[in-house]
Amino acid sequence: MARGRIVAPSPLPGFGLTLGFTTFFLSAVVLLPLAALVIRAFEIPPGELFGLLTDERALASYRLSFGAAALAAGINAVFGFIVAWSLVRYDFPGRRLLDAMIDLPFALPTAVSGIALATVFSPAGWLGGQLALAGVQVAYTRVGVVVALVLIGLPFVVRSVQPALIDVHRDLEDAAESLGAGGLQVFRRIILPTVLPALATGFTLAFARGIGEYGSIVFISGNLPFETEITPLLIVIRLEQYDYAGAAALGFFMLATSFLMLLAINAVQGWGQRRLGLVAGR
Amino acid sequence: MAAGAAIATGARPMTRAARATRYALLAVSFAFLGLLLLAPLGAVLAQALAKGFGGWLASIAEPDTVAAIKLTLLTAAIVVPVNTVFGIAAAWAIARFEFRGKSLIVTLIDLPLAVSPVIAGLVLVFLFGAQGWFGGWLLDRDVQVLFAVPAIVLATIIISFPYVARELIPLMQQQGSDEEIAALSLGARPWTTFVRITLPKIRWGLLYGVILCNARVMGEFGAVSVVSGHIRGVTNTMPLQVEILYNEYDFVAAFAVASLLAMLAILTLIAKTLVEWRSQTVGS
Repeated sequence: MARGRIVAPSPLPGFGLTLGFTTFFLSAVVLLPLAALVIRAFEIPPGELFGLLTDERALASYRLSFGAAALAAGINAVFGFIVAWSLVRYDFPGRRLLDAMIDLPFALPTAVSGIALATVFSPAGWLGGQLALAGVQVAYTRVGVVVALVLIGLPFVVRSVQPALIDVHRDLEDAAESLGAGGLQVFRRIILPTVLPALATGFTLAFARGIGEYGSIVFISGNLPFETEITPLLIVIRLEQYDYAGAAALGFFMLATSFLMLLAINAVQGWGQRRLGLVAGR
Repeated sequence: MAAGAAIATGARPMTRAARATRYALLAVSFAFLGLLLLAPLGAVLAQALAKGFGGWLASIAEPDTVAAIKLTLLTAAIVVPVNTVFGIAAAWAIARFEFRGKSLIVTLIDLPLAVSPVIAGLVLVFLFGAQGWFGGWLLDRDVQVLFAVPAIVLATIIISFPYVARELIPLMQQQGSDEEIAALSLGARPWTTFVRITLPKIRWGLLYGVILCNARVMGEFGAVSVVSGHIRGVTNTMPLQVEILYNEYDFVAAFAVASLLAMLAILTLIAKTLVEWRSQTVGS
């Protein structure tokens, strides 16, 4: 952009119209509503706001929301990587079908995933019954929250890792193998360093989505206060109790967290680009 | 491109260890996806048809369920066109021009995807609720926004508007605007240029964005749940109807409605795959 200008010159028409509409729309749909939430939260006296944010029940919900989201993103980092690897490196019957299925959690409404998981994993369900025999209860426990978040986060990891795996230099792998490197060594020294930024991006995206997830969790979690109650659900409960200050405080906290997650995602992607730039320029 | 990589693997001789690894990893992938994706999908279909096709049909034909289906279709009929117009306008401004504050606008477009859907509902309560900014004004004029269709539409717009824009922005940035500039310099009017040059260039990306947006709109639960008021037959969308029926232990009916939404999801995936395939063979 030319220094000192607000808009770089262009022969194309429609700049004022499209930017004007975009700005108006974003103001009405994002800025104004979020301002209403932030201002409502800051109308609460600071001491009281702090009290609402650090109340025992709220703290328990943060631990569950953040802990389960991190654990689920970690599980997805491992299994999502294996799935992405299978889809990119192996040819097998049904590969394209499986590839298309990866986006199912994006396309399936969260309420549908929620009741389906609750049914499959309930003690009377197909999998829940087997797991109950082994002494593991998934539905209506924290494990259930993690299972729902693994489902929701899966496409983020697979779709981040797939293109990176395609980009791995196969000639480097061949060279390493011909020099006597074992499979594990090739993985650790060549494949993992190339894919790591994409894996980190996928992890962060899955984690961010997991913190805010609501629909797929509330059916399988049992929603016990202090035990299996996630933060978004606590916001809904505060609203239903007409505790607007409590809802505003928690909503503000979650909004601030989302901003931080967006910054984190940008930072991870920037780190990945710099890192790959270094690798490519070796 | 994924197929190319896979064929390359098939062409090279595999050692025994490599073959063992391959089978182990494929087994893990199949087991993981089977448990996570197929089992729930199968459960939806099995439960929906637990009383046979007649039971399924009877559940769908319940008046409250029909009302929920109509409300979901109405919401999509309003929200998807609005988001499409926004997506095209935003992509035109962002992809075709350089201006200050562009990254701020891009961040604001990304924000709804990072925020919990519950927040999208909550902010509307603070705007239009009885104690909200416009609550008193609306009350005086006897206009119902919260716990009515307007709030359902607004909440759905908040969580779904980025989809078309995010599909179009990278596509239009990559395509550049040489053809448009050529058409304009030859005397074409701006609107003609847009319809004859730009729209055909972006049509597959646009369709893709609209499909994703529609799936999110019809399936949204958290945001709509906060503002709907859950009035049966009036403000329940399909996902909310699923919740109510499920909580009343009417599992066949709940899963019958859920099976419609699952079919929508599968259609979305098929359409998405076709569009991807089409845009790859045609070449953008």
